[in-house]
Amino acid sequence: MPETQPIIEIRNVDKFFGDFQALSDVSLTVNSGEKVVICGPSGSGKSTLIRCVNRLEEHTSGQLFVDGIELTGETRNIRAVRMEVGMVFQQFNLFPHLTVLENLTVGPLRVRKISKADAIARARKYLERVHIPEQADKYPAQLSGGQQQRVAIARSLCMEPRIMLFDEPTSALDPEMINEVLDVMIELAESGMTMICVTHEMGFANRVADQMVFMDGGKIVEIAPPSVFFTKPKNPRCREFLDQILEH
Amino acid sequence: MSGRLGISGRANRPGTSIMMLAQARKALNSKPMSVLIYCGVMYLIIYGCLAGAEAMGYNWQWYRIPDYLFRMTDDGFQWGEISVGLVKTLLLSGQAFLLALIIGLAVALLRLSGLVVGVAVSIVFLEFVRNMPLLVLLYLFYYIIGAIFGLDRYTASVLCLAVFHAALVSEIFRAGINAVPVGQWEAAKSIGMSTVQCYRYIILPQSVKFMLPPMTGEVVHMVKSSAIVSVIAVAELTTIGRNLISDTYMSFEIWFTIAAVYMVVTLMLSVFVTFMERRYAVST
Ligand SMILES: Nc1ncnc2c1ncn2[C@@H]1O[C@H](COP(=O)(O)OP(=O)(O)OP(=O)(O)O)[C@@H](O)[C@H]1O
Ligand SMILES: [Mg+2]
Repeated sequence: MPETQPIIEIRNVDKFFGDFQALSDVSLTVNSGEKVVICGPSGSGKSTLIRCVNRLEEHTSGQLFVDGIELTGETRNIRAVRMEVGMVFQQFNLFPHLTVLENLTVGPLRVRKISKADAIARARKYLERVHIPEQADKYPAQLSGGQQQRVAIARSLCMEPRIMLFDEPTSALDPEMINEVLDVMIELAESGMTMICVTHEMGFANRVADQMVFMDGGKIVEIAPPSVFFTKPKNPRCREFLDQILEH
Repeated sequence: MSGRLGISGRANRPGTSIMMLAQARKALNSKPMSVLIYCGVMYLIIYGCLAGAEAMGYNWQWYRIPDYLFRMTDDGFQWGEISVGLVKTLLLSGQAFLLALIIGLAVALLRLSGLVVGVAVSIVFLEFVRNMPLLVLLYLFYYIIGAIFGLDRYTASVLCLAVFHAALVSEIFRAGINAVPVGQWEAAKSIGMSTVQCYRYIILPQSVKFMLPPMTGEVVHMVKSSAIVSVIAVAELTTIGRNLISDTYMSFEIWFTIAAVYMVVTLMLSVFVTFMERRYAVST
């Protein structure tokens, strides 16, 4: 039953930066456990859309529900949503002044307010999940890009969120490190996590996505399961875009 | 260098005079030459002072100065007036600086809060303090605020110095906070931290390394500007210097000594910062 329950509902959302409209009339429903992959050309509003989901950007109009909570100006709602929604950034954004272990415990300790022993146990568990248990005492700067991004994933998981957002998690990585991060994401997908990923890794998308979303000019112009999306997309811009990246 | 050669080329003058100039500069910059010139200049200055003092019949009594630093009496070891004054100066500057840190952080956070009222309050405060001579600010604090609220001269001095330096300190805080990349805010918020938690656990700890050097500069500045409270006769190094002079008439010796004491303290602070910076650079 929970499989078909909507956990994220985006209804007719617009987003303006000053006069510039970055999102126009975007609607999207994501069910619990579903994986959605968003792609589209640069500047099409992909980041803006997922950043609205955890309120790093404030939508201008429309409605946004996450786990039954509506995102409004209400600070309490925003924090409640952020505790349920993990986010992984293109540039990792690890806390450079904290060790890997401290990066993972600071949220559970300060935000979830669990005990120190529990937080450390949890951190070690998720470091194991991302396959770098031996790096716990290093500082982020001492790790490779792929390792840093896996720590960032573990940092989000330590909050035990119900939803994970990924904003081009592999675009800042050297090619040889991309797969180690994608592998972790595939394992996470298989564990049943609800995920929205902005990525141009089409192999990954084809493997995990339940729905593919193509954005252009602030609008969702194509939305389809991968089998349809990759073989017979209706939108001409989408077809062109796919031809371009699948060439490589 | 190339620009200079270019100009001479256009003026169609042979390069010999420029080469001679360069050689002369090189000779001037060589070590023995530099030392020689330095000694010569210092000699002229000191000789000038001594000759001038001689001409006005000044009676040098340097031998009496050590007693004002410390002395051995029948009761045993005793700190002299100048040492006591130094401790008072350090205490005054220390208290004022702590207060300046608190006010400065509050003003910086107000300024960064994005609240219209907060920004307005902080800007008014900054502009008020920045456009006021320290001496006038001190008179305001002593003769007006002090009179209204019944502050003694010491409290008025601490408050005045704290407020004056809080303006500078708040700009250091603001620059240090702004130097932390915006991605750190986003990561901290995305794990559900409140603004206060973001500052406390993520942003401020990272801005320390940007703030440490200018903050120590500010401490040095505070020690120096604390001398101004001598105009309302608060007991500290400069006031004690003035009092000693009116008792002993040794104005040259005492002012030289007081100046040297200030310099030793501020130089030591600067060395300490360099040391701290190195240590901090290694640990992160
Ligand atoms: N803070 C901002 N202020 C003004 N304009 C912004 C801001 N953030 C994004 N934009 C604009 O909104 C549009 C959508 O940006 P967004 O980052 O969502 O694109 P994107 O699809 O993620 O692109 P990319 O693939 O380059 O990451 C862009 O034209 C961008 O310039
Ligand atoms: Mg983007």
